[in-house]
Amino acid sequence: MASLTDNDIKHVAKLSRLDLSLSEVKKFKKQLSSVVDFIKQLSEVDTSKVEPTSQTTGLNNIWRNDEVSSGLSEEEVFFSTDNQYAGYFKVKALLSERGEK
Amino acid sequence: MKVPLTIQQTQEALKKKDLSCVDLVDYYLERIDKFNPEINAVLTVSSEVAYSQAKKADKLIKELGDKAFEEFPLLGVTVIYKDMFLTKGIRTTAASHVLEDYVPAYSATVVERLEKAGCITLGKANQDAWAHGSSGENSDFGPTKNPWNKKLVPGGSSSGSAASLAADFSLISTGTDTCGSIRLPANYCGVLGLKPTYGSVSRFGVIAMASSLDSIGHFGRVVSDVRKVFEVTRGIDGYDSTLSSLHKPYQIKSKGLKIGLPKEFLGEGLEDEVRDSVLEAAKTFEKMGNEIVEISLPHTKYGIAVYYIIQPAEVSSNLSRYDGVRYGKSRSFFGDEAKRRIMLGSYVLSAGYYDAYYLKAMKVRSVIIEEVDRAFEDVDLILAPVAPSLPFKLGEKVNDPLKMYLTDIYAATANLCGIPSLAVPSGFNKDNLPLGFQIMGPKFSEELLFAAALEYHRFIDYKPQVAKIT
Repeated sequence: MASLTDNDIKHVAKLSRLDLSLSEVKKFKKQLSSVVDFIKQLSEVDTSKVEPTSQTTGLNNIWRNDEVSSGLSEEEVFFSTDNQYAGYFKVKALLSERGEK
Repeated sequence: MKVPLTIQQTQEALKKKDLSCVDLVDYYLERIDKFNPEINAVLTVSSEVAYSQAKKADKLIKELGDKAFEEFPLLGVTVIYKDMFLTKGIRTTAASHVLEDYVPAYSATVVERLEKAGCITLGKANQDAWAHGSSGENSDFGPTKNPWNKKLVPGGSSSGSAASLAADFSLISTGTDTCGSIRLPANYCGVLGLKPTYGSVSRFGVIAMASSLDSIGHFGRVVSDVRKVFEVTRGIDGYDSTLSSLHKPYQIKSKGLKIGLPKEFLGEGLEDEVRDSVLEAAKTFEKMGNEIVEISLPHTKYGIAVYYIIQPAEVSSNLSRYDGVRYGKSRSFFGDEAKRRIMLGSYVLSAGYYDAYYLKAMKVRSVIIEEVDRAFEDVDLILAPVAPSLPFKLGEKVNDPLKMYLTDIYAATANLCGIPSLAVPSGFNKDNLPLGFQIMGPKFSEELLFAAALEYHRFIDYKPQVAKIT
């Protein structure tokens, strides 16, 4: 039995902001289930006395000097988009009137 | 025109005026033009930039003579960048349709440093999209073929970078290694590939895949080339807070080393021919006056499972920035492999699963690191295969993601531990396919890896080769 259900796939797709077709849901359910079954093997390892590792550098809070430096020009910032208006990026509306969908 | 295969020989030829940089660009662009339609190693050719840099370099050589090469250590060295590296004014796609029209406004630190050192940019290399893959077949712009045998994969994800050197499209190339993505294609294409210590080369301006694992490295045909490029790319740049200058200088010795051969890397699942070639390399190191000892790293077998939790988790976060607003296309343009990894990452990070998967993986990562650290208390280097098999057929693993993932089973250790590893070619088998191995060392021991590999290549009288493409 696959360890993930159709609903699991639809749920993580939503979390990931990906729109999937029905055939994709079927395909990814099978493929991701086999990967999830594989990674479950980690439960064999006793980690009760182990601290997690999130990075390997041993460094902490590395800051640059607090000096003003120049960034990209407005022209450079907007170079790769058509979604602009008067020096702003155009995005879809995030808020809507009450009752409006 | 005979164009040399190494930096030293190329620069000698430039000094003697046997060649000009413009001649070099002519030669490589002609080869790309002729053979790239079959090999598909290069996605974007930057002819205009290449000729302008070549003319500038020729002028410097004319004006300064041999001194030009002291001031610009990589003068006249042609480079092809993996398409993860931002190149100002030159399209950078990550081999994904999402970024197919993206032209960066700035260059990666590595690109800037190489150009400042005199390199000539020939173009951008094909790869698995977003560096997700082990065969090059996940590119949205078609797979790269292995120049040694076009029915086989060149290894991924830096597929085009390694294939470009095997096909003689460039003198050097760059890559990224999150779990073998430099070492595997180097191994499959018969060139050297360096995965440096995490924190030695800046990731600034390189498209992020899995931020705690991404290592920025490169390919070359001889050890001295790989070393020379590393001298230029390494070090703090002020834009990547993981870079370190705290490490102690490493004691370099090229003989009398104690080299560990981990039995877990030579067991079940490894092709006989690969095992035999690694054991032969071990014997050679022994003949050279080094000691070979069997070691055991029992938890490294969990490396790929740890990797397929941590990596997708970091991928899902890094790829969340692609919303199609400021640059690039919308998320509907992601290919299947990116979708799989984003969703897998969201899954292992989501409520109810975080402790069981993500936290657990971070803990097993600690166990592996401790085990490897302990091994380096006893041995100087670890010798291991790069991959469980020789280059496989195009299409063989594309429909079975898990099978593809297991290709990197021997690669994961170096990335999870942040240690350097060098993929070293050792020769060819009877079918003229490249053979090789990887040597891993403690953090910041790159000089030791170079010294050992150089001695090994001297001992076997290694001569770099490029494929005859028919």
